[in-house]
Amino acid sequence: MRKLKSLLLVGLLVLSCVLTACGGGKKGGNIKVGVVNNPPSESGYREANVKDMEAVFSAENGYELKTAYSIKNDEQLQAAQGFITEGVDYLLISAAETTGWDEVLKKAKEAGIKVYLFDRMIDVDESLYEAAVVSDMAKEGETAVKWLLDQNLSEYNVIHIQGAMGSDAQIGRTGALDEQFASGKMTKVVQQTATWDEAEAKNIVESVINSGASFNVIYAENDGMAKGAVAALDEHGITHGVDGDVIVMGFDCNKWALRELLAGKWNYDGQCSPFQAQIISDLIKGTKTASSKKIINEEKGFDAKALTQSDIDTYGLGE
Amino acid sequence: MKKNNKKFLSGGLGQLTIPLIAIALLFIFNLIRDPGFFSIGISHNNDGNAVLAGNLISIINGASELAVLAMGMTLVTAACGGQDISVGAAAAIAGSVFVKVLKSGSGISGGTVLLAFVAACIVAMLFGTFNGVLVAVFKIQPMIATLILYTCGRSIAYWINGGATPTVSSHIITAIGSFIPGIPIPTPVLIVALVAILFKLLFHFTSLELFTQSVGINGSAARLNGINSTFIKLLSFIILGVCVAVAGTIGVSRLSLINHETLLLDVEMDTILAVAIGGNSLGGGKFKISGSIIGAYVIQMLTTTLYAMKVSSTDVKAYKAIVIVLLVVIGSPVVKQRFGKLLERISSKKKITVKGAEE
Repeated sequence: MRKLKSLLLVGLLVLSCVLTACGGGKKGGNIKVGVVNNPPSESGYREANVKDMEAVFSAENGYELKTAYSIKNDEQLQAAQGFITEGVDYLLISAAETTGWDEVLKKAKEAGIKVYLFDRMIDVDESLYEAAVVSDMAKEGETAVKWLLDQNLSEYNVIHIQGAMGSDAQIGRTGALDEQFASGKMTKVVQQTATWDEAEAKNIVESVINSGASFNVIYAENDGMAKGAVAALDEHGITHGVDGDVIVMGFDCNKWALRELLAGKWNYDGQCSPFQAQIISDLIKGTKTASSKKIINEEKGFDAKALTQSDIDTYGLGE
Repeated sequence: MKKNNKKFLSGGLGQLTIPLIAIALLFIFNLIRDPGFFSIGISHNNDGNAVLAGNLISIINGASELAVLAMGMTLVTAACGGQDISVGAAAAIAGSVFVKVLKSGSGISGGTVLLAFVAACIVAMLFGTFNGVLVAVFKIQPMIATLILYTCGRSIAYWINGGATPTVSSHIITAIGSFIPGIPIPTPVLIVALVAILFKLLFHFTSLELFTQSVGINGSAARLNGINSTFIKLLSFIILGVCVAVAGTIGVSRLSLINHETLLLDVEMDTILAVAIGGNSLGGGKFKISGSIIGAYVIQMLTTTLYAMKVSSTDVKAYKAIVIVLLVVIGSPVVKQRFGKLLERISSKKKITVKGAEE
């Protein structure tokens, strides 16, 4: 009986070896890519980012994709370490934190694995990675403020609703507007953080309305907070959008937000593009070369008057 | 004289003394700061309905979710002598279920909204049961037991709808979160009133209030008297589950959107505070739902006042903490006792001097 069992085990072992060998041989030609990312549950942005990665680094495009998702830096480091041990060809990283990556990236370099950063920068020497494909949040703010100036309003009384203080998106999107406040071109009615919370944004706008202060622009640093602000306007009978009294501006280009634009209820939505995969794929396959280590992902700003349904289908996030 | 003092401290308004004083102080402070703060006007919203507007309306309206949660939390606190810290996360789950059901149908009608709400209620009650079983049957500390759902609740909410922030647009949803055409009072305020009435009826027609108190004061004594204390504790969590579903539904309806990460974020702390400010012992036992409701309004009034003073919202929490520490310390038994003794001494001194004068 025992003999039979061991024989069976050996048989299984041989079979599995043969199978994996076959599998390995089949995938041999593919480029192995390990992606260390934040989990798709983090935000609509991340969900689109993850889907984009999966779509671009697919088997049809000649890739073998391995992924690891965590919002914790140490777990991400472990995952990266694991990918290096497994022997991937490329390592793509969107780090949870900017620090602590030196050792892992050095090991990757020693192992001949090329590293690309996406979405987020890491505090390491430039020689440790091939290129970083990132958004320029400050430019997003500049694009939005430039659009606002182009509206040629006689006066700008702005309610500025900020994201979580200290986040990249908040700092970048606040910068350009702060310059306008400082130069006196625009007037700050109120500048408050709602920490990305829609309900908080509604409270902030409601308190301004109750105080009787006049305003004609709402600059919210993401779509959700813009929606919260609009809910307060609706309750108090203040018109907004293309033909309204108040200009509404948001960021992130969620599909539902772009639909508000299309309906003329909002005026502007700034893109924060999660689509870095194609750029990295082009670099890996050599169809494009990086002019510098830091590659800025081109981002648009959408005007309600010029927006089309196909824009929504192409650039909108989520559903 | 002595009798009167005691009555002022423990009798009279009793438990409600502190919350009422707090709300009165906030009123006076705001009237001095800006006499127009409490002015209420009638404006027309963008749907063309005449509605009430003003800071007072914003306060009562904004505190709705908190008030509903505080009512349920009072019951859990009284029965179990501990708090449920998962209400925010559970509300995110309930809200997600609400949206999921709404979006699964072809269109949104009154029927689907009701169905969605019932589904949200059932799910929230199930999670309430989960917490309740851990606390009542397995005798785990409520804060530890509910820590589980607190930690994973928002991830569960994410699974229900997937990422992004699903939106639902329907005039029925707007009516729930904002105003019903023809009624100038915000709907969430009406919902709070309805929930409060339901609690009142529940206590009037059943012995739940008495049973909850006796279980909270001494569980074993209550059991010896034939009260099933396990069931009472479990029931308190299930009732809180219904409150959670109501709060989640209000929260979603306000914005016609669910963001599982931010919906009623950090509300559990405010809820527990509302119960504490309401003069309820966090160690269980005697309770007054009305106290917790006033507590919720105190918290919202504080927030609105700070916003009106243009305090940076990052600082709001710090200022809130200062005021709340003061309130809780003043309301603590130690201070009450000291204050009572002080009053006694003053009155007895007076008596002595009066006696001396007589002699």
